[in-house]
Amino acid sequence: MSDEAGRTETAAGPGDAPVGIDPRGPRAGAGITALLLAVVILLWTSTAALVLLAVVAASFLLGAVRGAQGTWQAWVFRTVLLPRIGPTAEREDPRPPRFAQAVGLVITGAGVVLGLLGVAAAVPVAAVLALVAAVLNAAFGLCLGCELYLLLRRVAPAR
Amino acid sequence: MTPAVLPALLLLATLLATVVLGAWWRRRQGVVRSARGEPDDAAGAVVDWAAHGVDLGERRTFVQFSAELCAPCRATARVLGEVSASHPDVTHREMDVDDHLDLVRAFGVLRTPTVLVLDAQGREVARASGGMNRAQALAALAVGEGPETVPAGVRA
Repeated sequence: MSDEAGRTETAAGPGDAPVGIDPRGPRAGAGITALLLAVVILLWTSTAALVLLAVVAASFLLGAVRGAQGTWQAWVFRTVLLPRIGPTAEREDPRPPRFAQAVGLVITGAGVVLGLLGVAAAVPVAAVLALVAAVLNAAFGLCLGCELYLLLRRVAPAR
Repeated sequence: MTPAVLPALLLLATLLATVVLGAWWRRRQGVVRSARGEPDDAAGAVVDWAAHGVDLGERRTFVQFSAELCAPCRATARVLGEVSASHPDVTHREMDVDDHLDLVRAFGVLRTPTVLVLDAQGREVARASGGMNRAQALAALAVGEGPETVPAGVRA
């Protein structure tokens, strides 16, 4: 199948990985998102909660399309936080954070749609789920894609 | 109108549960588990590793299952690449789970990265899942070898 030689042989994709991004950016962005989601929970089933959840969902849409580095949270990180903490040489592949943004979009988007359809409880429920994911990402660096991707891939029909 | 205390309690409970979950998750990262217990009928004994493009090292081989959407896989690949580069009898092979779903299923791999440690015959002696650091990689190398061959300072 393969006759490459060498100490580390890579059959995975990282070789053609796109330009890396500062790994602290997506985590700081997740922290900002977590704050907003906490406010959504406190606003409970009000219209204000629905509007704020829609704002969060729109931010996730931006991140799912442009990558986590293309969100307004990333802009806040670059203009407010980065000048204070200084640059780092560390880089990470932008694709995992972008996948996380898509996961966030599915959760919060479902909450917004159900909320608009009159299922008021869906707003705080979606906010709780998204908050768990955002805090795990921001505070612990948990990579949701790493935990879920293979499980989903395994239940999907084999090629 | 819902009393304001209910949302606040839910928020607090959510944060607490998340912190517990996150702490538990982080403790499991890269922890090395010995495969002793299921010696000969383990999947590793019947896998033709060469057919999967894996050159077995004379001492140990790291087989790392990775996915594209996985940042800790990159860091782990770096660590294992360095460790195998400094040990001539150890090799490291990174496999994309999408291309090796048969192996993923045979070995019951559930998350990425998962690292199998194989002996010279291709049998699994240990495995770890989640991001691995250098100390954990060295500890994984020492599994199944007599305590006299355990390099000093593994428990860094």
